Amino acid sequence: MDGLTRSNDLTFDLAQMPLRDVNQFLHHNVESGQKITILNPDGAHNIAVGLDAPIDLDIAGHAGYYAAGMNKLANVTIAGNVGPGVAENMMSGRVHVRGFASVAAGASAHSGLLVIDGDASLRCGISLKGADIVVGGNVGSFSGFMAQAGRMVVCGNAGDALGDSLYEAIIYVRGDIKSLGADAQLQPMTDTDYSTLEELLTKAELTYSPQEFKRIASAKQLYHWNANAHQEY
Amino acid sequence: MCGIVGLLVKEPELRESLGALVVPMLLGMSDRGPDSAGLAVFTELLENCNSTGVVPSITRKYSLYIGQHQIDWTEFTHNLQQIGNAIIKENGNHAIVVSDCEPNLLKQWIKQHYPQLHILSTGQTIDLYKDAGNPAEIIDRYQFGLLTGTHLVGHTRMATESAVTPAHAHPFTAGEDFCLVHNGALSNPYSIRRQLEPQGIQFETDNDTEAACRFLEWRMREGDDLETALQTGFEALDGFYTFLIGTKDKLALVRDAFACKPAIVAETDDYVAISSEFRSLAHLPNIKHARIYEPAPEEIHVWMV
Repeated sequence: MDGLTRSNDLTFDLAQMPLRDVNQFLHHNVESGQKITILNPDGAHNIAVGLDAPIDLDIAGHAGYYAAGMNKLANVTIAGNVGPGVAENMMSGRVHVRGFASVAAGASAHSGLLVIDGDASLRCGISLKGADIVVGGNVGSFSGFMAQAGRMVVCGNAGDALGDSLYEAIIYVRGDIKSLGADAQLQPMTDTDYSTLEELLTKAELTYSPQEFKRIASAKQLYHWNANAHQEY
Repeated sequence: MCGIVGLLVKEPELRESLGALVVPMLLGMSDRGPDSAGLAVFTELLENCNSTGVVPSITRKYSLYIGQHQIDWTEFTHNLQQIGNAIIKENGNHAIVVSDCEPNLLKQWIKQHYPQLHILSTGQTIDLYKDAGNPAEIIDRYQFGLLTGTHLVGHTRMATESAVTPAHAHPFTAGEDFCLVHNGALSNPYSIRRQLEPQGIQFETDNDTEAACRFLEWRMREGDDLETALQTGFEALDGFYTFLIGTKDKLALVRDAFACKPAIVAETDDYVAISSEFRSLAHLPNIKHARIYEPAPEEIHVWMV
């Protein structure tokens, strides 16, 4: 054992043991601060869902659906790409995807930080409930749909209908926006926005200047039924 | 839910192991589609079925579904000699007939004399197998692992909108050397049918995928190239879909505007592999160095043999 390896470090190989056993261990048997590595994830679904302890978990490859879903407290790093619904319903902690993410990344996440180094597909941050999401690349259409709280940072471009029916979540986009969704609008950046971006970009280890980003938030025209709007809303 | 897989080998040596490479891909997608499975493989050479040493240009292969019926193939070949030559290869409850008969004549002849046979595909390069049942059993029954060829498309089905029968399994075919597999559900298959049927196009099932397959093949017979047909399909075909299409020398992949159904591509110098999910690509050689990506909505991806 070398000096860098702590005695309670663990490695699980999904080519050798069932995922269900690994997930049960992660739910019941881990110690705070423990470093755990999962080898050969090979796109399996539900890897490391429901974690609820402050551990460092590395997934050494590509993960399938719902990777690190419902995460609480854990710091999860996925070396490759992820399928739909990474970190969906995350409660706290951090999930870092080194590759790209498929649809619905960070859906309904309540708190914590999701970082995606590559692109995120459609519906990134759908129904976001308070978490922060930083995407190094582009996001697909309908990202931030009905996002209620939290912050999304997109360092690349955004697809169609960005922030459709937004509530209180704020979206920052560095590149082009193909189109804004209903009730989403560009708004002037404030000092708070710049400091928010500074904080989130630093956490995501990205070096873009906050000055390069635009702010998208709700125009709040959908908040109340307007009987005079000819039944449009 | 359904699973789709596709594989096109660029490295000619890999043609011999096309089936062996695709079996784990199909097995990996059997959770997504446990009720039926099918596969269309595009082979290299059409065998000769007469004694002249030259393959007549009219020669075609026909994949037939036999089901539970017993066919005396010696008698079949003997009777067929009134209109032409044929060689038969049986494989499970399927058979492949290579014949130099005029294709429409042969199809009519089969319909008249062997109505219990169902023609699954026609063409110079396509062989097609499909059936209802557990994908692993279907893979074993037809020995998919031994198939050779340039490219193939496969499917595992979880029926959502029409019956579970061998005829409703994918791939669907239309015309010659053309097939399509589908993950998703179309919302306007009947309006597509009503558009096509007056033009003499006949449907064999009430399945939504058949409408997409016949629509695209009809566009190509009307003069569209594959890309133009697919572009037209974006306007005409409403619903959720990932379509994977096989032709004599191409594989094509498209996803609906909302990317409701998954697709992932892994490409190396040796092959292009397509699947609904990465987990059925993880076993492929050199996958760690493959370029892996998800096609964007309404992007047309076409790979040539």
